[in-house]
Amino acid sequence: MKHSTFIWFFSPTALAMLLFIAFPIVSVLVQSVHAPHKAVLVEVETCTPLVGCTKETSIDQEATRELREKKPIGRFIGLEIFTDRGHLAISEVKEIWSGSENFNEFFKKIGNLPFYRAMAFTLTFTFVVTPLVVIVGFLVALNVNALHERIKGVVVFFSLLPFVITPLIGALVLFWMIDSRGILGSAIQWIFADPNLSLKASTGLMWISLIVYGVWHAAPFAFVIFYAGLQTLPADQLEAAQIDGATRTQQVRYVVLPHLMPLVSFVALIQLMDNFRVFEPIVGFNADAHAQSLSWFIFNDLGGETRQFSSASATSVLTIIGVTILLLPVLRRTWRDFMEKST
Amino acid sequence: MNSKILSIVGALSLTAFSAAQACEISARVSVVGNEFPAIQTVGAGAAACTGAEVSTNLTADHQKINVPGMQGNPAEYTSAIVANSSIVALMNEDVIRPLDDLVAKHGGDLKSSQLIKVNGKIMAVAFMANAQHLMYRKDVLADLGISVPKTYEEMLAAAEKIRSSGKMDNPVGGAYKAGWNLAQEFNNMFLGYGGSHFEAGSANPSVNSEAGVNALNMMKALSEYMNPDFLTHDSNVTNAEYRAGNIALLNMWGSRASSQTTAEGVTDAVKNGHAIAGPMTVGGGSTAASTLWWDGWTVAKNISDAEAEATFIAMMNGISPSMMSDENIRTQAVWLIDGYKPTDAAIGVFEAAKMGTTPYPMLPYMGLMHTALGAELPDFMQGKESAEQALADVEAAYVAAAKEKGYLN
Repeated sequence: MKHSTFIWFFSPTALAMLLFIAFPIVSVLVQSVHAPHKAVLVEVETCTPLVGCTKETSIDQEATRELREKKPIGRFIGLEIFTDRGHLAISEVKEIWSGSENFNEFFKKIGNLPFYRAMAFTLTFTFVVTPLVVIVGFLVALNVNALHERIKGVVVFFSLLPFVITPLIGALVLFWMIDSRGILGSAIQWIFADPNLSLKASTGLMWISLIVYGVWHAAPFAFVIFYAGLQTLPADQLEAAQIDGATRTQQVRYVVLPHLMPLVSFVALIQLMDNFRVFEPIVGFNADAHAQSLSWFIFNDLGGETRQFSSASATSVLTIIGVTILLLPVLRRTWRDFMEKST
Repeated sequence: MNSKILSIVGALSLTAFSAAQACEISARVSVVGNEFPAIQTVGAGAAACTGAEVSTNLTADHQKINVPGMQGNPAEYTSAIVANSSIVALMNEDVIRPLDDLVAKHGGDLKSSQLIKVNGKIMAVAFMANAQHLMYRKDVLADLGISVPKTYEEMLAAAEKIRSSGKMDNPVGGAYKAGWNLAQEFNNMFLGYGGSHFEAGSANPSVNSEAGVNALNMMKALSEYMNPDFLTHDSNVTNAEYRAGNIALLNMWGSRASSQTTAEGVTDAVKNGHAIAGPMTVGGGSTAASTLWWDGWTVAKNISDAEAEATFIAMMNGISPSMMSDENIRTQAVWLIDGYKPTDAAIGVFEAAKMGTTPYPMLPYMGLMHTALGAELPDFMQGKESAEQALADVEAAYVAAAKEKGYLN
């Protein structure tokens, strides 16, 4: 393709990427290094029903407006937000490091800082759910592919349902089922003969519930990709393997899997990104007492009565950095493959 | 069936009386606010005005949308229905206008106690008062010979008696959901123990104190008598537990008092046994372990004067004294409106006011403190760390947020 033709083809995409990807990233970067101006506070008389008038602290609107008009973006604070307790907590980590006698104590105390507590859950979730989704999706695809043509359609439809349901709704459905008065919750209490056993009151059980939900929700995505991949598997290769006397396991191991390998990387890539941004199940399961993620922090910063835009922006930047680090190995491989092909 | 007919009759009488009101406006009115029966009544009253479009968006998520919805110019919402906590965010962002001129022109029916004044300027018009107070099952207490608890210590003793009698496994209820609700229960208990959230006259936190530790220990002791899922229970779920007859004692919002026995699916035992009382004290203190609230409406700053006037007229129609002759409306809240005669559902809130309950602090940085409490206290409630550690975490989280917002250096 001629360069000029390529540019004309690509320019609409480039424009969209600039508008919807590059600008927002620049915007959060800028916001994360700025904070609102120092508040100008005044003591004023406040009168309310049933109480009467009292002296209360309030914001001096005129002085604040003047500050805002002079510099609408706020005050520049550099990386202050990134290093504060709500994010990387640099000084707190240093203090804990010098105050801890062994690694056990160090990790226990680090787990008390919001960012690291969230990372502990997020990384566990990501690295347990991603491989499980790939494995479950692959097994379901193999089995569905082996079914008789007449029932295939129905089975494919039902297998896809968990992925079709809105994540928040799916999470809520499971949330009510595992409630101590719900069908699964009371079943578990009955099985273990413990009326006070509650999935929602134990951090460990809550993490397991979230992971089970994560796999249940995303496995159909992996399944449908692998199932599509299986349709492109050349029949003669399988036949050749069969003639060579390969068992069913060997056929899968040496013929099917290598054929689907690029799809496995694709599913893993998407899943790593998605799971690192885990959010809906935490909200749906009301799990924030046990499990938090960076996305949940952003939601919390913007959902309170006082919005913390700088803090939310800093967390967004950290999320982008986190996703990049996670994807680095996969991206490097893709790049290497690309270079090999082009030489 | 009966309650359905009643509510239909109620709706009809509401429309009938609204239609009788002469309320003419000439510019757009758009209201955002929380959703509970009293606010819906106010919204319906405002929407009864004719001459221009009146739209209402009443949702539990109102605090997430009211500031952004009023920051634009012209603002999307011409009025926000707020409480003492949420008006602070609107004043911090300077999106509501002083109402002195409009009150002088159209505010004939208002009592001076309804006017929320900040620095001499009227910033909101209050229409109802609210507080959390005790609700209980008088039948259960009477059966076991327990007198109505006046302190949290007595509530614990009563809970133990109910549990050991085998009537209920977890007799205590509370909106202890991690986040806003849990933080609010802490505020109640903390104020009851004589605590104060900030050092006098500054934004420096002071929750890591004896009162703070005592408050947390009391909450922990209460949670032993709650459904094990208590950290996921907000007001709605707690009330569902109460209506189903699973709990006998709870600290609950006065604005929910009238619907405790009228909602769908309430058992007869609960209907006949439901009773309310004032807020309890704690630790031998004389201050109620509760906070006093008002709900009122504001008018946006970034709208034309014509829209502001129309909004004011419509909202005045929403809190018209003529509503107070409607029995259904009267039981919905503790109205501050002229002509209101208290109903049985109002006992708790009036008792709270009589006891001199501390109002929820209207401070610019209180919202950040509330968020920090909601995020850091669940660790203590789950037994993962000590009360002192949890409160130290709250202060650290608050300080980080207050520095970002420019309240602390």
